[in-house]
Parts: sequence; C-alpha cells; structure tokens
Amino acid sequence: MIREKVGRPEEFRSRQLRAQQMLKGELEGRDLEQYVEERVLLTRLAKAQDWARANAIWPLGFGLACCAIEMISVIGSPRNDLARFGAEVIRFSPRQADMLILSGRVSIKMAPVIRRIYDQMLEPKWVLSMGACASSAGMFNNYALVAGADKFLPVDIYIPGCPPRPEALNYGIIKLQNLIKGQPDQSWRERYRAEGTEEVA
Amino acid sequence: MPDATGLELIAQAVRERLGESVVVGTSFHREAATLEVAPEHVADAVRYLARDADEPFEFLASLHGCDYHPHEPRLGVHYQLLSRRRVERLGVRTRVGTDDPRVPSVVDVFGGANFQEREVYDFFGVVFDGHPDLRRILLPEDYEGHPQRRDFPIGGEPVLFTFNEDQMPRWWEKRSGGWQNSDSDSENGR
Amino acid sequence: MSSAGGGRPTDIPYRERERSATLERMDPGTGEGIPVAGTDVELESLEPETELFTINMGPHHPATHGVLRLLVTLEGEYVRELHPLVGYVHTGIEKSCEDQSYWKAITFVERMDYLAYYFNAQAYCMAVERLLGEEVPRRAEYLRVIHCELNRISSHLFWLATAMLDLGAISMLWYGLRDREMTLDLFEMSGGQRMHPRYFQVGGVIEDIPPGFEAKCREFCRRMPARIDQYESILNRNEIFLRRMKNVGVVDRETMVDLGVTGPLLRATGDPWDLRKASPYSAYGEFDFRIPVGTVGDNYDRFRVRMAEMRESIRIIEQALDGLPEGPYITGNRKVALPPRSELATSMEALIHHFKLVTEGFRVPPGETYAAIESPRGELGCFVLADGSAKPARVHMRDPSFVNLQALKPMGEGGLIADLIAAIAMLDPILGGIDR
Repeated sequence: MIREKVGRPEEFRSRQLRAQQMLKGELEGRDLEQYVEERVLLTRLAKAQDWARANAIWPLGFGLACCAIEMISVIGSPRNDLARFGAEVIRFSPRQADMLILSGRVSIKMAPVIRRIYDQMLEPKWVLSMGACASSAGMFNNYALVAGADKFLPVDIYIPGCPPRPEALNYGIIKLQNLIKGQPDQSWRERYRAEGTEEVA
Repeated sequence: MPDATGLELIAQAVRERLGESVVVGTSFHREAATLEVAPEHVADAVRYLARDADEPFEFLASLHGCDYHPHEPRLGVHYQLLSRRRVERLGVRTRVGTDDPRVPSVVDVFGGANFQEREVYDFFGVVFDGHPDLRRILLPEDYEGHPQRRDFPIGGEPVLFTFNEDQMPRWWEKRSGGWQNSDSDSENGR
Repeated sequence: MSSAGGGRPTDIPYRERERSATLERMDPGTGEGIPVAGTDVELESLEPETELFTINMGPHHPATHGVLRLLVTLEGEYVRELHPLVGYVHTGIEKSCEDQSYWKAITFVERMDYLAYYFNAQAYCMAVERLLGEEVPRRAEYLRVIHCELNRISSHLFWLATAMLDLGAISMLWYGLRDREMTLDLFEMSGGQRMHPRYFQVGGVIEDIPPGFEAKCREFCRRMPARIDQYESILNRNEIFLRRMKNVGVVDRETMVDLGVTGPLLRATGDPWDLRKASPYSAYGEFDFRIPVGTVGDNYDRFRVRMAEMRESIRIIEQALDGLPEGPYITGNRKVALPPRSELATSMEALIHHFKLVTEGFRVPPGETYAAIESPRGELGCFVLADGSAKPARVHMRDPSFVNLQALKPMGEGGLIADLIAAIAMLDPILGGIDR
C-alpha cells in the first residue's frame, strides 16, 4: 500500500490535477506509467493472504475467569480497543472465528470442552494463551487445573500476567500479527544477537 | 452474637427438647458461639433452632465442611445459622468419622442447603441422607476421591528446578501412553 | 434423537450428557370432543402433541456470564425445567490455601470472586484478624471502606455493561466499561495493579494511598452521579427494556430467604437486609447511607436496586474521604505485619521480624471463625480454621453467587428463553465465586 505524504497544500493541488487528467484520459507515456506504478503493489499471493489474515483476526468470545475481564476490557472498552487492529468482530461461534484467546484457568472439567471448541474452528486458526493460568498452571499448581493449555492445544503466543494488562494483551496480539505475516518478533534474540537459535516446531 | 450464657441457655433448651445425648458440647471463642451436636440428630437440632426455639435462627448463612485431621472424628459439617431479627449468629457443628460419614440432610428446613450439601459431599465425602440429588457439583461427576480431605495430595505438576530437570520428561519426548501418542489432525506442525 | 431416559436430564450418565438434545413426548391431553356446529357430531380433540426438548446451553455461550452450563427443558419457547451445572472453572483455591501461609493465601482468595476482589480479601482478613485478636487502625479501616466501595461501583458497572449486552442494549457495554476504567486507574494508583492488587493485608492495608489519589477519587465521585443519571435515562424510559424487565422473573421474599439468597436479589423483594447496616463491620457504622429496597421482586427491581446502590456507594466514598483520619495504615504489631523498610537498616528486631514473617509467616492460635461481609452480590463469608501453625487448616468462602444460583430455578422456570437470559443477567453470577 502506497502511503502518500499528506499535508502540504501544493502537493495536494498537483495530485488533484493529475487525478483529473487521469480521469479525462489525458495522461500519456511516462506520466501514465508513473501514475500506475505509484498505485500498484506487486507481491506474492501468500504474503497478501497473510497480510489480510493478520489484519482481520476475528477473536472467539471465550472467557473463563479473571483474565476474561481484562480481555473484555481490551475488546470492548473504549480505552483499549482491539478494533483498531482489525479484530472488529467478536464471533461467539467457533466456526466463524479465527483466534481463540484462552483467558483464564483451564480446569479439568473444562479441558475437553475447550478441545472440542478448538476442533470446531476452521483453519487457519491461532491460539493465544492469556495469563499465567492458561500458560502454565499459574499460581494454582493443584489437582483441579490442567497445567497450561499447551498440554492439549497448540498455542502460538503466551501472554504472562495475572491478569495481564490490556496493553500486554494488545502487545501479544501485535506479536501474533507479526507471526502471521511471517516476520515473527525476534525479541531477545535480537538483543543478544542469537539469530539462528530458533526452534522450528 | 449470643454470649456465653446465651449459648448455654440454647444448649440447655436443645437438650430439653431433643434429648440429653444430642448436644455434645459448646464452644465460645472470639465472640463466636458454636454448638456441637451429635451427627444423627443434627437435622432435628437445626430444625428446632430454625423454627421452634424461643429465639429462632431462621436463616442458613452457610453450610460447609471441614477436616479436623488428625483429630478424630475427622470430618466436620458446620451450619452457620443467622437470626435476622436479632442479628445473631450461631454455629452448629457436627463431626463424623470417615468410616461411615452419614449426616441427615436439612434440605427440607432450608432450601438453600441443596447446593451447599452437594459441595460438602463432593469435597469431603459426607453423605447426606434425604438429599434429593446428591451428586458431585464442582468436580467432574466421575472423579474419584474427595480432594478437600487433608490426606488427599494437592496434586499439580512438579516444578522444574535445575536439580530435578533431567528427571522430568520434556514436552517433546514421547511418554508411554498419554495424549502425545494419540494423533490429532489439528497439530500445526508441533 | 432419542427420548430422554425417563426422568430428569441429569439422570443421563455424565459422559453421555454431551448429546446436545433429547426429546421426550408428552401425552396429548385428553380433551373433550369438539362439537361441530349445526350437527350432533363431535370431533376428537385436536390438541397437538407437545414435546419437551432438552437442550444444553453449554459452558461456552455468549450469554452465560462465565462458564455456566444449563440443561434447559423446553416446551416450545417456555422453560419447563432448569438444571445448572457448574464446576467448569473449579480451581481448588481452598485446597491451595491450605498450603500457603496466611499472608500468601490472600492472593489466592482474591481470585475467587474475580470482580469483587477487595471483598474477598476483606472477608478473609477479617476472619484472620478475629482469630488473632488483632485491631485494625482507623485509617486502615477507612481506606478499606473506600476501596471496597470503589470496587462495589466497578462491579456494578461491569454487571450493567454485560447484563445490558445480554439484553441487547449494547451501548451500555461501552459506557459501563468507560467508567470502570476510572476506578481501575484508582486501584492502580493505590495498589499497583488494576485487578487483584494485594492491597488488603491482615492488620490493615499494605501501603498508604499516594498523594494524587484523593483528588482523583473526588473527581470520580463528582462525575459519577451525572453518568448514572444518563444511564438510567437511557434505560428507564426505553419501552422495550421496561417490557422485558417488569414483572419478569418474580420470586417472592419467602422463597429467597428459604434459599439463603442475600444481596440485591433479596433487597429487590423488599427485604432491607444489608450487613453493612445490620451488623456494621469495619468502619461502616460511621457513615450515613441508605439501603435501596425494591417492591415487587422482578428483574426491574433488581436493576433499580443496583443502580441506587451505586449512588449510595459514592456517598460513602465521599464521606470516607472527608473523614479520613491520620494514623498508621497497618497494625503496629510486628509479629503480624511487616515493619517499614526504613527500620530494617537500624533495628535488629525489625530484621528478625521481617525474616520470620517472610519465610514462615505469623502463627495463628488454634480456633475457627466465620466472618461475613456484604459484597456486591450478597453475603460473602469466610470460614478459617487455624491449627496453630503458620498455614490455615481450612479456608472456605461462602460465596454469594453459589447460593444465589439456586434462585435461578424459580426465576427462570415458566418463562421464555429470552426471560431466562435476562434472569441470568439480573442474577449476576460470577463463576469464579461459584466454582472456586
């Protein structure tokens, strides 16, 4: 997508004139080529698909416990609004959703239910494990919880916190978007110059 | 709260009404009055205190269980009764052992005891005679064991430290049996 | 679609209950013959056969607040029978608390009723203080009241947001969450975290309020009444809202008292029972506020009671801020509360106390007690059994949502499915408290 620098009034006037000429069919030769080049992007289909998928993730409305309150704060609150990242729609049916945000503690009674919901989601789908209780057992290392949802689901992004701040959830979703677009954040590997140590799972 | 003398008067009234063996003891600790009752008569005692006593306690604030291990008899069932007119709380307590933990149910006296007795059954294994629908409420219904007892292990996963991390299997290693060996069609290359 | 195995849907074995629908045919009523006009012939009764259809409003559902599962037996659109199944977020908090020292158990207990976190901590701290015989300084009591009432407002705002979302008034979601952000900012100022700050401690609060807190809190109290007026004016004069709420889900007072229901549900039936007034705990005896009470006991009264409670909470906060006394914010008993860090550099006893408290924790003499407070959903009681060691032997929270859930049956049965959704919304269940 070409972003033109907006703001200078003289540029705006010249662009307006050029657009008028284009509409009248008066642009010729080099001007026409330049006009078209500025507005056409060549890319691979996979990249375009990934870009579209990343910027239009539909989360599944799935709240388990306290992290669900912060998730509703992100999705529904006027202050942190997930819609500006493309997640405009929260679908409650798993067949219509892309991303499962596991917000809250996964108990042994709920685990098969979550697995069924995950299976009902259509490819491509991503799982975001929000909070400490969904990533590991959190603070509740006892008989009643499954110690982390990755025991029965493939998880893409883990977001620590108890509960994570809405900004943390936003950050996690942006990381997921970068992951989908094929440029995953290198985070500590960037800082410690450890490229090449990624575990390709 | 009924003070110590009030508690003794209540105990005396229960003894007179229901028999000498009903009241096992009284306890007044930190301004909270507790009446201890024999397990087979607890429903009668609660019914008397809720309806027929001179100063009735007509509201059941809470019904919960407790494990007094290692003191025998181990399992305790507590009834927190409340008189809203006089704003007084009375605790009624009964203790049963684990060999035959049966207590008569008070669902006919207080409808709100339904879920709470199911919870005590779920966590401690105390069977309430006369309960209309005694099954597990918070744990899966085919769960074995009664977790809130003191000798039930807390469960969970062992925490990985450097001294024991070579003994714990890693998540990518195959274990005998378990979920990793079952094929799943939605394994995203993991 | 097979017929239900004779009897109740909960008679189906647990693992087979995943079948999402069962169908049971009821006998057609033996009606009288219908005479055909002008003749002496009678047709047989033309009553249709009715069917009872049991569906599963499963744990994942947009309208059940959290993971509540309902087995609903329907006749057409009318709900004939209702079985709530809970336990899908059971975390074993009470068992975990037995493994932690008293001080650490506060964090576990806070996560039970996850919208009213200060109330959980308050009930637990009251119970432990009662067992210890510990006095809480007045400033700490006032700070506790301020935070509890702010939490009551934020819990009611969240209830408003999600309940109206269920009913279809989606704007209220945005408005309710917008105002809730202001309270969460205040919590972040004092406690460091928006939810579950470990602010209440045994003996007081962990830290004094920072300098800008009072100004921001007064600003909040100044703005809120106008906002509550706006919300009421959106909803109170909305014909659809009134038709859906009035005379729907009526449960009378005796049933509620028999079921042990407390809180706004009981007050909506006309019963002025509020633990803040009946048996004043903490510093509530020093404030002047009223208890809103309904008349009929329908959903509309429950709505009005909660809106009025928000206004009364603002009054309490203003009075508490006006009368906030100076003094310590936690008890001076070094055996229970941590000494201030400045003392650790100079005093050996403070160092020893700090070490003992952080590693082992304080010991509580043997005994048991039950402390009850008024949370936004009803009576929240905490039972603590101490056996003389540094860890509690039993912590049990009498959660109001757990007992109030038994009221869902009389509220929902006999009405339409939409009324059932409204009943769940007005019941305000918090599954973290139900399941613990």
